[in-house]
Amino acid sequence: MRLMLLFSNLMVPMIFVFIILYGYSKNISIYDVFIEGAKDGFKTVLQILPTLIGLMVAVGILRASGALDIFSQLVSPLAELIGFPTEAVPLTFMRLVSSSASTGILLDLFKNYGPDSFLGRFVSVMMSCTETVFYTMSVYFMSVKVTKTRYTLAGAMFANFAGVAASLWICNVIWK
Amino acid sequence: MLNYLWGVMILIGIAVAAFTGKMPDITNAAVDSSKEAVTTCITMLGIISMWTGLMKIAEEAGLIKVLSKKMMPFLRFLFPDIPKKHKSLEYIATNVIANIFGLGWAATPAGIKAMEEMQKLNLKKDTASKSMCMFMVFNMSSLQLICVNLIAYRSQYNSQSPSEIIGPGFFATFISTLAGIAITKVIERWYVK
Repeated sequence: MRLMLLFSNLMVPMIFVFIILYGYSKNISIYDVFIEGAKDGFKTVLQILPTLIGLMVAVGILRASGALDIFSQLVSPLAELIGFPTEAVPLTFMRLVSSSASTGILLDLFKNYGPDSFLGRFVSVMMSCTETVFYTMSVYFMSVKVTKTRYTLAGAMFANFAGVAASLWICNVIWK
Repeated sequence: MLNYLWGVMILIGIAVAAFTGKMPDITNAAVDSSKEAVTTCITMLGIISMWTGLMKIAEEAGLIKVLSKKMMPFLRFLFPDIPKKHKSLEYIATNVIANIFGLGWAATPAGIKAMEEMQKLNLKKDTASKSMCMFMVFNMSSLQLICVNLIAYRSQYNSQSPSEIIGPGFFATFISTLAGIAITKVIERWYVK
């Protein structure tokens, strides 16, 4: 499992080296292109900001009111039965529905439990292997006016479920 | 969707606060959270811009095109119903590669084009074809190699090692994608005539 963490450490530097060398080999003026791309990223983040403000305020209110704790207590018997971190339950459901709302909950968990706690690590891994199923499906299928989606939802839910289970397993192996 | 979700979240929060006696905390929470959203975005501005800059080099150098071509044999396995050299395969490849590199803005337009091309091959226009189902499940099983946003969020909340989740995240993503493909292939075989 130390290999896994070594992989984490080497991934970004290796991508840098690879892309820079590849860029040179194709005679790209890499710095100019980098600046251009960075501008795009800047715009993307600024577009996210209003959504993030809206959703973080909503989650902040839910947290301060004690509603999130009450919900956690309600589901805790079931979650503990399968060894699932109770505090991660709201996030797991929200993840399927809305990307920005789940980000709000994720940041709330980081704030309250820390990103380096077991919970923080688990939700990080889980967020990276799951997708906003309902939103994505509606965008893509609506674009071609398909209304009968057959087994798409079942397949996607299964994949997400497998991802959540794999995250829990790997985090238990590495950090517990 | 969010029009309901957002309002309901706040209303529930305030209603619960009325019962738990935490009403005074609500205002503080609202103010603090909005400030936090801004500080988080400032951290993200740096990390995301760095990443998109790097990926722009890859795109400009033609790396995405090269990788798309390399993917073709695998796509032929996933989508046996799509004729060889059909346009939709190109769009699917671009969508998948862009997703792997976390280029969301490049992924979605290519994905929608892929759906449109697959719709041309589809016999029943209101019903998803086999290829469409596979494409959607594959796409939604999460393909991203490195979740840069997460690294940004973790570093914003003072993680000692924001990137330590890359390896485990890669593993979990691999499992979810594999599971998505496997279950779809099984359903295609046993359930769909």
